[in-house]
Amino acid sequence: MSLPSGVFQQSYGQDMAIFRTKTQWLLLLAFLVLLFLCPLFASDRILTILTIMGISVISVLGLNILTGYCGQISLGQAGFMAAGGYISAVLTAKLGLSFWVALPTAGLGAGIIGIIFGLPSLKIKGFYLIMATVAAHFIIIWVILQFSGITGGANGLSAPRPAIGDFVFRSKGSYFYLTMVITCLAIYCAKNIVRTRVGRAFVAIRDNDLAAEVMGINLWVYKLTAFFLGCVFAGISGSLLVHYYSFASTDHFPFINSVWYLGMLIAGGMGSIAGSIFGVIALKLLDELVTFVGPFLSAVIAPQAAASIGLIMRGLVIALFLIFEPRGLAHRWELIKSYYRHWPFSH
Amino acid sequence: MTFFLQLVITGFSLGMVYALIALGFVIILKCSKAFNIAQGQFVMIGGYLGYTFLVTLHFPVWAALLAAILCAIILGLLVERLALRPLIGESVLVIIMMTIALGTVLEGIATLAWGGEYKAYHGVLPTFTLKVGEVSIAPESLIGIIVSIITVTLLLIIFRYTKIGLAMRATAEDEQVVRVSGIKVTTVYAFSWVIACVVGVISGILLGGVSGVTTGLAESGMRSMAVVLLGGIDSIGGAIIAGIMLGILENIAAGYLDPLLPAGGGLANVFPFLVIIIVLVFKPHGLFGLARIERI
Repeated sequence: MSLPSGVFQQSYGQDMAIFRTKTQWLLLLAFLVLLFLCPLFASDRILTILTIMGISVISVLGLNILTGYCGQISLGQAGFMAAGGYISAVLTAKLGLSFWVALPTAGLGAGIIGIIFGLPSLKIKGFYLIMATVAAHFIIIWVILQFSGITGGANGLSAPRPAIGDFVFRSKGSYFYLTMVITCLAIYCAKNIVRTRVGRAFVAIRDNDLAAEVMGINLWVYKLTAFFLGCVFAGISGSLLVHYYSFASTDHFPFINSVWYLGMLIAGGMGSIAGSIFGVIALKLLDELVTFVGPFLSAVIAPQAAASIGLIMRGLVIALFLIFEPRGLAHRWELIKSYYRHWPFSH
Repeated sequence: MTFFLQLVITGFSLGMVYALIALGFVIILKCSKAFNIAQGQFVMIGGYLGYTFLVTLHFPVWAALLAAILCAIILGLLVERLALRPLIGESVLVIIMMTIALGTVLEGIATLAWGGEYKAYHGVLPTFTLKVGEVSIAPESLIGIIVSIITVTLLLIIFRYTKIGLAMRATAEDEQVVRVSGIKVTTVYAFSWVIACVVGVISGILLGGVSGVTTGLAESGMRSMAVVLLGGIDSIGGAIIAGIMLGILENIAAGYLDPLLPAGGGLANVFPFLVIIIVLVFKPHGLFGLARIERI
């Protein structure tokens, strides 16, 4: 179905493999080589964009597991990222721990906070759950601002760049490598989590949670697992973001970011790992377009045009995707692939 | 005691405005099963419209209200036709995302049109202070209470005694039956969006009169969600009672607890969200909402 003609599986292992043909392996290798050679020829600006994209991909993957696969809509992803980011910043800056301890701890901590705010999901769904996650975002940010003795409050907290021995990831290029390695690992984990028993249980819950429960899926366990996993990804991405800026501030995690992560998920296609990546790339490129044309618009129309055009365009893109391509870019990508494979015969 | 009463009065007026915003939300929800996250942005647009008509164009208060309501009707019709009608029959998530996108676009438009800066209604509203015993009532609070009561009463009358109100109540009950009996559902949807826009705009003007307008006014929409959840999402009376309750509680909590907290508190901002979490955990259907039984 999703393979070129003439490819047959002879074992279960082959059938389940993610990459099934030599061409696919070749393309993957070529892509990875190209990606990791980027710092050699790309400018600092492009590296910054790619690094931020990588960090966003991790967060959106988490959201995809939670919302796209398990159907628990969350508008609190930026809040959970803030939780992870601050845990990591406090551990490294205040307690002097290494980044390599702080990163997984940030993931775990954010995951546990996610479980706490996921508790209402056992009773509620849809709109109610959205409100619970929105509340989670604002409460997390408020707590961070209140405990200014630990977190620095509104002044923020400086977080050191990670280091291995004497080597510090200070340059844009080195941080790019760090982010991309973790992003690739995250994609690999996410892709495999959703193929396991747990992932299939998530899909069953998304499609009909009552029916899933009747089938013997423990909603209590699996919904909270989904929250945990989604928030672990958020925490890791938040930690990476904070150490990238070398500074933790609640300004890095505005509520509107949660909306964009959901927007990226929808633009990319819910319930598709590739979709998360497409969505992040598409909306981040749109951002870049806006920052590119913004100054011109500001000069021509009004000084505030740059900010407002950004909002209007992002809102419009989400709206248009919802109306015209509700299954996202991943679906379009499948269509293109099948067109290419079947050409010149359309059936 | 005076301090307490003062907080209660301010909270009551604020609560009436919350109730008004929440009402717009509940009406759309009842009629078209759509959760309108953009309600806060309607409020913000209302605040800015009020600024334009009252301050820039020097309209008297009643004319400014009427002009703003006219704009709101047009906005409501446009929103329903362009954004929501293509999505009839889609899932909850899709409609919620659409209203989020809508809210973003509205915020962008407001930034473009009004610069996204802080605007205050200085010297527009009459300045007098009503004294009841020791407690003083600010003119903004008084106007807020009066306008909210009039609007809510008008809405209840529309619901109870007009044909479109009957159609709306019927649609809330069962949309398919309504279609079969020859009522145009799209008209009902359009009307409910218009009402939501109008009450949003009115409350925007009221809130703008109290504390000025910024794009941050859109967050009041989030507060009204707390009201809606507390009152039960499908109950109009619940929204009104919960609005007043939340307004008063928020003011009392901020007045008494903020001085006790480090970093200046700011409890008023986070209070509605605490309410949301508590309500959702312990009483997901709110105080007056119906618990619906689900079937596979």
